Amino acid sequence: MSLLAEMNQKALGLGIPISVHLDITYRCNERCVHCYLDHDDHGEMTTAEIKDILDQLSDAGVFFLTLSGGEVLMRRDFFEIVEHARRLLFNVKVKTNGVMIREPQARRIRELGVEQIQISVYSHRPEIHDAITKLPGSLKRTVEAIRFLKSQGLKVVIANVLMAGNFFDNAGVMELAKELGVAYTLDPTITPKMDGDTSILALRIPGSELKQVFRTEELVGDVEEFCAPPPAPGEDIMDGLPCSAGHTACYISPYGDVFPCVQFPLPSGNLRRQRFADIWQNSSQLKEVRSIRARDLPTCSTCAHVGTCTRCPGLAYMEGNMRGPSTADCEKSFQRTGIPSANMLSRLRASVSGPLIQIQSMA
Amino acid sequence: MGDNTIAAGDNVIAEKYIARSSAIAARLIGGEMMIMSAVDSTFFTLNEVATVIWQAADGRTPLSDIVTNRICPEFEVDTEQAGRDAEQFVSDLSQHGILVVSEKPITSASPSEAA
Repeated sequence: MSLLAEMNQKALGLGIPISVHLDITYRCNERCVHCYLDHDDHGEMTTAEIKDILDQLSDAGVFFLTLSGGEVLMRRDFFEIVEHARRLLFNVKVKTNGVMIREPQARRIRELGVEQIQISVYSHRPEIHDAITKLPGSLKRTVEAIRFLKSQGLKVVIANVLMAGNFFDNAGVMELAKELGVAYTLDPTITPKMDGDTSILALRIPGSELKQVFRTEELVGDVEEFCAPPPAPGEDIMDGLPCSAGHTACYISPYGDVFPCVQFPLPSGNLRRQRFADIWQNSSQLKEVRSIRARDLPTCSTCAHVGTCTRCPGLAYMEGNMRGPSTADCEKSFQRTGIPSANMLSRLRASVSGPLIQIQSMA
Repeated sequence: MGDNTIAAGDNVIAEKYIARSSAIAARLIGGEMMIMSAVDSTFFTLNEVATVIWQAADGRTPLSDIVTNRICPEFEVDTEQAGRDAEQFVSDLSQHGILVVSEKPITSASPSEAA
């Protein structure tokens, strides 16, 4: 077990939220077609409120702090927030589109000791990237930002969200990452909007393309191993936790709302009315999330993929049941191994349970 | 200590002042200090003794004072052994850029007084 995994285990045992994702704004200078956020400002937290929350998070034992948005640099106090976070010795990761990062901002980010900057790139071709962000010239600005950050010796990761409009360009983005000397990650997950609107799910890439992605050695390593049929789950799997959401991690919105994860919109408390420690320790919602083990999942516990699936409880929650399957992850497990999930099989059975031939009177 | 030297047997060696680097993240988790370098993402955990040295690394207190006044009484170890272990620990962490070491007091290396 790595040192990091050991510390995660220790944090889990002690009930410490070792990772927090804090969105400091939902405002953004891009209008990405797949974005799940409402970009209007409905009263985001002040600088003082955010600093107070950072103090509370530090007291609670939070080590990994992800600052994201919206676009973080839309806040004029962004560097003041980062400075405060670094004074509290958080490991800070920043997610940004990079459009507002020029040489002075890159230098300041380095001076403040930010550990990693993740930047979204959708395509190596401006016409595709800019059509997704709806901001003309955005790819050029973003790539320039990556060069500024790299020239400061910072660790940059390109995050490539795959969707219907760009899945054919992932090799090109990977090449661009290589050329820039930065890491590359790919994410085929499109989530419903925070208000429950699922219309953007139409942007998810088709299963056949997912299958191709999972068979790309550069992305998954050993393809045979990655796509191998799942082993039979043991007791340890059935007693296992679905993921870190609510256990060692949580998400805080620009309005102070606390959720188990950025992809798990179950309101669990608000930091304008309660202390973080109170929410973390006493929220009934977080307690419910923490109570769930793999064996408690009605469909998934019977599934061949239960031990290897990337099932997201937040996506399941958005489908109506936090103990239910997340169909996007069922699809991933199926495309990876060729073995349908229990959820897919039960849907199939339901769809053929009616009469095979329907005879209607001509009259 | 005014001349920044300490005697070790027949040798006279320079006193060391240590300060936490500004390019690290750190948090005390269940009595164990976890530290990550922002420069190379190297991850460390410190045991109790090392944690005490780390927390006392304010850039102003000589290492020998940390050993004599903090380590020896708290952990009931002899000064010579504790001094050698502390030197090794400081050397290891400074090689990774986690601690800044100087023969003179350090005024600004860390963004924080304590983790």
